[in-house]
Amino acid sequence: MNRRTWLRGLLAGVGATIAAGCEKVATAPPALKMLKVAEKWSQGAQRAIIGRHALAPEFTEADISRTFKANGTRRPVDEEYNSHLNTGFSGWKLVVDGLVETPLALTLAELRALPSRTQITRHDCVEGWSCIGKWKGARLSALLDQAKLKPEAKFIVFHCMDTLGASKYYESIDLTDARHEQTILAYDMNGAPVSVEHGAPLRLRVERQLGYKQAKYIGRIEAVASLKGIGGGSGGFWEDFGYEWYAGI
Amino acid sequence: MTAETARAALTPMKVMVKRHGLLVRLNHWVNVIALVLLLGSGLQIFNAHAALYWGKASNFDHPWFSMYAERSKDGAQMKGFTTLGSAKVETTGVFGASKLDGKWQDQGFPGWMTVPGGEFDLTNGRHWHLFFAWVFAVNGLIYLVTGLIGRHLIRDVLPSGRDLKTIFKDPHLRLKFSKGPESARYHQVQKLAYSGVVFLLLPTIALTGMTMSPGLNAAFPFLLDLFGGRQSARSIHFICANLIVAFVIVHLLAVILSGPLNQVRAMLTGKLAIIPSDEEAHS
Repeated sequence: MNRRTWLRGLLAGVGATIAAGCEKVATAPPALKMLKVAEKWSQGAQRAIIGRHALAPEFTEADISRTFKANGTRRPVDEEYNSHLNTGFSGWKLVVDGLVETPLALTLAELRALPSRTQITRHDCVEGWSCIGKWKGARLSALLDQAKLKPEAKFIVFHCMDTLGASKYYESIDLTDARHEQTILAYDMNGAPVSVEHGAPLRLRVERQLGYKQAKYIGRIEAVASLKGIGGGSGGFWEDFGYEWYAGI
Repeated sequence: MTAETARAALTPMKVMVKRHGLLVRLNHWVNVIALVLLLGSGLQIFNAHAALYWGKASNFDHPWFSMYAERSKDGAQMKGFTTLGSAKVETTGVFGASKLDGKWQDQGFPGWMTVPGGEFDLTNGRHWHLFFAWVFAVNGLIYLVTGLIGRHLIRDVLPSGRDLKTIFKDPHLRLKFSKGPESARYHQVQKLAYSGVVFLLLPTIALTGMTMSPGLNAAFPFLLDLFGGRQSARSIHFICANLIVAFVIVHLLAVILSGPLNQVRAMLTGKLAIIPSDEEAHS
């Protein structure tokens, strides 16, 4: 073995050790616990700076993306969902329950009769891409007023009808976002009923956060005091895999 | 010229002078750690969608820059490609497709460049990036505010009109590094480079990062107008990261060429050794 191959071997070995070490440190639970405090800083700072009512930017018809990418579940395999899909969601009802005075079960026609909002907004995927679309839907605040939240309710949980990987998709937001003017349960996208790949019959739009918060295929809305007992306990499908619950950045 | 450097000019022997303040040195090394981790975790986040666009949204058919993999029919082989404008280059092994523990990975930047290293991990890449973005921002703000109040930035870093007029006379352009007391201050090219980094490049990378936040878009919609939309902001963020890497390479070369031990010691202890120039040594 000459000196050059020996040196090359040594360097490769040292490099691999450092890389493996870095990989271990970079994903070690104590390191991640330290890093995750930044989510609280970002949430606190953003909530203080943005203010409760500030609107996400809205765009013009000319800005609407020709291709709006669909991510996550694009075609639910769940039997219950497919039976509703086959009947055009005629027998489907959105359930609103949990910490409310008046639990509700609303048909699509009843949802369409609620105060609505139409908005052309940008959808930002956590992966980095953006698409612009026009959404029309029932204002979530109108629905919550009708159901009358109990004072102990702190979060709104969206239970979805699709299974992604091994578990049902779900998401949650706090009351600041739930009451926001642009937070709607969208039934129309770009002037037509929301398609299956984009979450038919109903998808959440919470425009000041990233794409994974925009839950599709919503079947049930639950008001809760804590997110602990739901799903993996972190407040959402991707959150249970380690993503930030506050997805404002 | 301080009294110490004046004394150094008179005595033809090695003199230690105070070069960098404690806070500047702390800012410098915190920045080194933050930027290295931000770069690695930034490449990790880029890998989630290894394509860049101009404008408000993604026109998926027309990225101006992208990396992707093509699989062979049996799936055992992979080729990596990098595109810039209409140019397409095969970059198998490094960009687009690279091997990890003998297995092909469909990955923009290879796992050895990213934080965390190895397989694609957007979740933890974001945790590292968004934590050290805070470290970088707070550190940078402390540097800028104290540097402006203490006049370090205006006195020592910002080039004067005269500096700019004589910039081509700066011997540093011909890689001639000053000796003697002259080595204890910044010259025209250094002033311009450091000012560009401190006042333009680093603030731009911070602001374009903030422009990608849908939350902050509601608070500062003018940032979107300033950078030409969220996807443009993402592109500018990436370009700035590359420019910082280019700056660091030149910066490290300059350190190596101008006496690495002395320069690194000065950034650690604050004291720079003034080595007398040849004329002084022979006088």
